[in-house]
Amino acid sequence: MKTPPPLGEGGVEADKPPAVTMRGITKRFPGVLANDGIDFEVLRGEIHALLGENGAGKSTLSNILTGLYRPDEGEILLHGKPVSFPAPRDAIEAGVGMVHQHFRLAASFTVAENLVLGHRDAADRGLLLEPRVVEGRIADLSRRYRMPVNPRARIWQLSVGEQQRVEILKVLYRGARILILDEPTSQLTPQEAEQLFQTLRLIAAEQRTIIFISHKLEEVMAVSNRVTVLRRGKVIGTVMTGNTNTRELARMMVGREVVFTKKKEGPAQAERQVALELRRVSANGELGTPALHDINLQVHAGEIVGVAGVAGNGQRELAEVITGLRRRTAGSVIVTGRQIRGGDPLEAIRRGVAYIPDDRLGTGVAPSLSVAENLVLKAFRRPPISTQGLLHPGRIRTNAVDLMQRFSIGASSPQVPARQLSGGNIQKVLLARELSSRPLLLVASSPTSGLDVGATDIVRGLLLETAGRGVGILLISEDLDEILALADRIAVLYDGRIRGVVERQDAHVEELGLMMAGAA
Amino acid sequence: MIRIERRLTEARWLVVAVPAGSLLAAAFLSGIILALTGHDPIGTWARLLDRGFLAEGAMSATFVTATPLLLTGLAAAAAFRMQTWNIGAEGQLYLGAVGASGIGIALHDQSPVLIIPAMVIAGIVTGAAWAAIPGVLRAYTRTNEIITSLMLNYVAGLLMTYLIFDSHSYWRDLSTFTARVFPQGKYLSDSASWPSLGLAGIAIPFGFLLGMVAAAALWLIYSRTRFGFEARVIGDSRAAAHYAGIRTRRKIVAVMALSGALAGIGGASEIGDFRHVLDPRGLQQASFGYAGIVVAALARLNPFAVVIVAILLGGLSNAGFSLQGATFPAGLVGTLQGLILFCALAGELLVHYRIRFVRRAAPLARAPEKFGAA
Repeated sequence: MKTPPPLGEGGVEADKPPAVTMRGITKRFPGVLANDGIDFEVLRGEIHALLGENGAGKSTLSNILTGLYRPDEGEILLHGKPVSFPAPRDAIEAGVGMVHQHFRLAASFTVAENLVLGHRDAADRGLLLEPRVVEGRIADLSRRYRMPVNPRARIWQLSVGEQQRVEILKVLYRGARILILDEPTSQLTPQEAEQLFQTLRLIAAEQRTIIFISHKLEEVMAVSNRVTVLRRGKVIGTVMTGNTNTRELARMMVGREVVFTKKKEGPAQAERQVALELRRVSANGELGTPALHDINLQVHAGEIVGVAGVAGNGQRELAEVITGLRRRTAGSVIVTGRQIRGGDPLEAIRRGVAYIPDDRLGTGVAPSLSVAENLVLKAFRRPPISTQGLLHPGRIRTNAVDLMQRFSIGASSPQVPARQLSGGNIQKVLLARELSSRPLLLVASSPTSGLDVGATDIVRGLLLETAGRGVGILLISEDLDEILALADRIAVLYDGRIRGVVERQDAHVEELGLMMAGAA
Repeated sequence: MIRIERRLTEARWLVVAVPAGSLLAAAFLSGIILALTGHDPIGTWARLLDRGFLAEGAMSATFVTATPLLLTGLAAAAAFRMQTWNIGAEGQLYLGAVGASGIGIALHDQSPVLIIPAMVIAGIVTGAAWAAIPGVLRAYTRTNEIITSLMLNYVAGLLMTYLIFDSHSYWRDLSTFTARVFPQGKYLSDSASWPSLGLAGIAIPFGFLLGMVAAAALWLIYSRTRFGFEARVIGDSRAAAHYAGIRTRRKIVAVMALSGALAGIGGASEIGDFRHVLDPRGLQQASFGYAGIVVAALARLNPFAVVIVAILLGGLSNAGFSLQGATFPAGLVGTLQGLILFCALAGELLVHYRIRFVRRAAPLARAPEKFGAA
């Protein structure tokens, strides 16, 4: 595994000491060994992918490298010299910069202001900022790395892709030689991701080092020179990207052969009953501005219709209009042949609409309530759970024990607060509750985001099984692979409009990507 | 360097150990102050305990003080459980007193069997109506209920003052010349006096018994009814409640009204059990509504614990009154009571957080959420 990559490829220099050497890094949290004797080495000018499932220890390792945590054991060397980072500031000063998955930008500040925020340098004279100096430098940087961005724009005016550029510029502006990117493509279209990769290659070509954290195999294959795979806090191995393939990486990551659940090819079920019909539906977003325009869409019983798109293009509004959480401003929503008034979640629930929201912990469950209580979050109104306004604790418990077993929910007891469960188990609680209500229509928003491979597979299997029982499913997801794997038909949402609906057999990733970016 | 970190797990023994430790800390700190001011700490403590709970008639007096604390404590607990911050138990108690005394005056020649239930109901209705104002504002216009319920306390206080001092209202006694010069309320007839239950020489006021029933009812509502379940979901996550089809607005108004009704019973009991007249100054000086918030916080919003805490605080407050005298200034009494409350509330922090001593400035070590026990 120690074989250095050939010189020249990606500008990697093998003769100088490695940019990052981490030896025997161990970090414990109560009850968890997050990093277990990790040896990790990244060369100068290299794009090194850190691959692993959720909970494998990627975030802990990068938090140690950026000074957010201190390791219990082990040592860190940068360019051959031992270092220790008592605080994040020390890591920044040593040239380590992190681009977080969830951006840390002040929304009402300009790009230039965000770049100098909390940073002292020559452009910073006491309390006064020198905006022109800063703006000039930003212009230089964005030209050099082909990341166009207007230094005077305020963050809230920028798209997600642009905000990410600002994050990267911020790190470069502070002179980082080692950049860590945490799941950088999770909110980008395929085309935006490709642009990001170009930028990363330019940065690496300057002998800077990039650590690319991901659990997506394809992009790791596309962008990295080498890959280090973590599993359960341990390094499974480091491989040359050129000498491996997604299949091998998946096996290293999960520890067994992975065959992703896929819908079997089959004819579209056009004869079936219509479970959901949207006719010219419009709705406003959180700020009262139009977020959905003239949506027409049908979901048949037993059919999975995927809604692809980059987050923030009306997905949440679409899900909420159907499930009654949001009022529509025009059009009609028809569930199994009858129009629903809208704006009343209880009406939708009673009409057999189940909903898996993307905000699992805040909306999908009441986090401090127990698993048992969360499992009756909707059924508490009806017998047998309650009669004459009185709850029956015994029946709540039996219901929980039954569902926990049927859906293999990993909780030590039904009385555990929901927030103590892992993401995968919270999602199982949600699915157990929604599917046991015998819905006619299921709206699932990003049902596998943030879940590990095993849990993802279970959730996908459940969705397919549910469709097989004749439930219509609207699958709203940013994960195009997921939609391609599960959906019978695919609709692309961009800027609150459906840009097109294609049968899965006829779908091409490039074409969908262009639609997601509003270009087609 | 000292760090305060959130406990990952809250051990059960802490629930007992922390209050006990807090009490010891309060004893220690107040001992220092007492010694510095030339008083005997042990003797003062013994007297405090004696006057509050042990002396002849002390428990009966403690129950009188504990009654309004119990009801305002329950009022606060009822609302806080749903994360609705009703700070207005004070004003709701005033209104309960206004309503109960009004009905008591109107029915002065009726039998107790009619007057007393009528007073209780009047207290419930007026207290609930007063609390419903911030409730409706919160639910339908998203006005911060902390501000509105707090402001309404002042309005309620002024209303009482107006009824007795600034007007010739129905509540004001105008029958004699002295009463016209020195304004006071109409005294209620004897048949409007609430009974008390004699138990081992201790008189337990009817209001306190009502409070115990209310505590049991509150527990039942929150743990066994659909209404309580919905309120708990709303309290935990408003988004989850909306998602589950719970009508959050109505529930906010209902819970505020419930909270106000409990405080209103407190006001009615002040009239029926103790004052027998609408006494604006006495009620405002007592500040039972605000003390109820402390009671609820110390009881961690558990209705049964509210009963215990109300009795303890009632005794503490009574003992304070009897301590003060020529050699023991009222300010020192207040300091002692304040220290006990401060230690008890500060101790609460230790149930949820732990204090760690570390050598250097290290970043706060948070366990990443992803590793939460599955």
